[in-house]
Amino acid sequence: MSSIHSVLSTTRRPAAPGAVSACLTLGWRAVLKIKHVPFQLVDVTAFPILNTLGFTLFFGGAIAGSPREYIQFLLPGVLVQAIVFITVYTGVGLNTDIEKGVFDRFRSLPIWQAAPIVGALLGDVLRYSIAILVTLALGFVLGFRPEAGVPGVLMAVALLLLFAFAVSWIFILAGLMVETPESVMTASFLILFPLTFASSNFVDPATMPGWLQAFVAVNPITHLADASRGLMHGNPAAGSIAWVLVDSAAILAVFGPLSMRMYRKER
Amino acid sequence: MQGPDISIGPQAPGAPDTDLAIETIGLVKRFGETRAVDGIDLAVRCGTVYGLLGPNGAGKTTTIRVLATLLRPDAGIARVLGHDVAREPEAVRARIGLTGQFASLDEDLTGRENLVLLGRLNGLGWRGARARADELLAAFDLEHAADRRVRTYSGGMRRRLDIAASLIVTPELLFLDEPTTGLDPRSRNQVWDIVRAIAAEGTTVLLTTQYLEEADRLADRLAVIDHGRVIAEGTSSDLKASVGGNVLHLRLQASGRRDEAAALLRQALGSEVHDGADAFSLTAGVPDDARLGEALSALARAGIGVSELSLGRPTLDEVFFALTGEHAPAPAEDDVMKEVTA
Repeated sequence: MSSIHSVLSTTRRPAAPGAVSACLTLGWRAVLKIKHVPFQLVDVTAFPILNTLGFTLFFGGAIAGSPREYIQFLLPGVLVQAIVFITVYTGVGLNTDIEKGVFDRFRSLPIWQAAPIVGALLGDVLRYSIAILVTLALGFVLGFRPEAGVPGVLMAVALLLLFAFAVSWIFILAGLMVETPESVMTASFLILFPLTFASSNFVDPATMPGWLQAFVAVNPITHLADASRGLMHGNPAAGSIAWVLVDSAAILAVFGPLSMRMYRKER
Repeated sequence: MQGPDISIGPQAPGAPDTDLAIETIGLVKRFGETRAVDGIDLAVRCGTVYGLLGPNGAGKTTTIRVLATLLRPDAGIARVLGHDVAREPEAVRARIGLTGQFASLDEDLTGRENLVLLGRLNGLGWRGARARADELLAAFDLEHAADRRVRTYSGGMRRRLDIAASLIVTPELLFLDEPTTGLDPRSRNQVWDIVRAIAAEGTTVLLTTQYLEEADRLADRLAVIDHGRVIAEGTSSDLKASVGGNVLHLRLQASGRRDEAAALLRQALGSEVHDGADAFSLTAGVPDDARLGEALSALARAGIGVSELSLGRPTLDEVFFALTGEHAPAPAEDDVMKEVTA
C-alpha cells in the first residue's frame, strides 16, 4: 500500500464545479447507465411498440374502419402514454440511488444540491427521445402520415417533452417519499393506467358514457393528446395547447418545490 | 500535515480550537421520540485517528452523519475544521471525505467511471478526473477490475473503491463509518493498512467500529458510545487502565467446580469474577498483583486443578463489559458472508 502515500500527497483541491457542469456530469452518468444496462431501453420502447402494433392491428379496423385510418388518430396518443410512463423511471432511479447510499455521497460533495435530480432528468430526455423516435418510425411503417409534416411533429414532440419534464417531478416526489423502488412502480401504474385510458389517447371520448366524458375533458392527458394530434395533423387546437402549458406549469409549481423540500429533508 | 493548500495547527492565535478537527458540545439528534445522539461532547485533534466505538444502534452513524452535514443537529454545537456544520455546511463539505457504512457507489457503472464521475463532481476537468481515477485504481490495487461494473466486485474491492472515491481530493478530515464491517480478514487488513497510510499523510480520520480490535489497532484515541452518550473517552491504554489493574484468565482442568473456584477467587482477590467463554474458563480482575499467589494457593488447597493461566492488561472487550455491563458484539461470520454475496 506504499503507493497510497504518493497518491495522497499530490492533489490540491480544485474549485467546486459550477451548477451546469455538475448537472452535465450527472447527465453523463445517466447515459452511462443506459449504455451498461441497455435493457432499460427495451423497457421504454417495448411498451409503445406493442401498443402501436396491438391497437392498430387488432382494434384499428373495428374502431376506425381500417388500421391505416386508425393509426392517424392513435399514434399521437401512444406517444403521450409512452412518455408519461417513462416519467416514472426518474422516480424509480432516484429512489434506488437513495436506497443504495449513492445520494449520501452526492450530498456530501460541494455541488449544487439539486444537480443529481436535474442530471437524472437530462438522462431521461435521451430515453424520451429514443422512445418517441422508435414509435414514430414504426408508425410511419404502418402508414402514419402526419399532415403537418416534420415541423408539426417537432412542435408536438417539444410539447410532449415539456409535459414529461413537469410530470417527472410528481414521481421525483414519490421516489423521495416511499421506501422501495418497487413501490414507486406500483403506485404510479395504479394512477397512470386509468389516467391514460380515461382520455382521448385511444378513442374519441364522444363514444364514452356522459359522466366519464366529464372527467376525460379535464384530464391533462386529454389536453396533451388533443394538442399533439392537432399539431401533427396541421389543425392545432389553441385551447388544448394552452391547457398543456397551464397543466405543466401547475404541476411544476406544486411538485417542484415539494420535491426540493423533501430532497433537502434529511433521511 | 502536508500539502501547500492545507493549513492547520496552532499558528492562528486567538482561535483556541484551530488544532481541533472536530469539536462537539452537547450534540443532540432526535428521530421522533428517540434521542439517537443524546449530548455528545467530542474533541478530535487534527492529524489523529479517532475511533467511535459502540454496539449497533449506539448513535455512532448518526454522529458521523451530523458531522458530515447529512443531518442537522437538534441541539448543541458541532464544529468541523473550524466550521459550524449547521451554519456553514458548504465549507465543511468542501474539506471532508465520507465513506458510508454501505458502499455508496453506482453499481451499474464501472470502477473507473465511478471515480471519474466523482472526480468531475469534485471540480476536476475531464482530463484531470481520468488521470486521478487511474492513479487511485493503481494505488488501491483495482486496475484489473477498473472496467468491470461495480456490481461484480467483492466486498473488499467495493470497500477499497469506496475509500478511493473519498480520496479523489485529499480531504483534511475523512469519515469512515464501519470501514471493515462484513469484510473477510484479508480485506480487513488491507483496509487497516489504507487507514494507516491516510493518517500518515496527515488526514484526520474519524472512524466508527463495533470491533474492539480495530479501535485498538487504528485509533490514537477513542470514545465509547452507548445509547447516544459518550461513556468513556481516552487512549486505549487509558480505557484499559480505567478498569483498574490486570486481568487474570484461568482455565480449569474440570468444568464441574467452576462456581466453587469463582467464589474462592472472589474472596482471595476481592474483585469481580466472571464466567469465561466456555464452561472451563474464568476471568477475574486483579486490583493488587500481590494477592495473586494467595488466590492460586486457595485453588490448590481446594484441589481445583488449573490447566492454563494468564495475567495481562484488560482487552477492550473487558473494558466495554466493565462500562456497559454488556459484551461488545463480536464480528459474526455470517455477516461476512452476507456482505460478500450481497
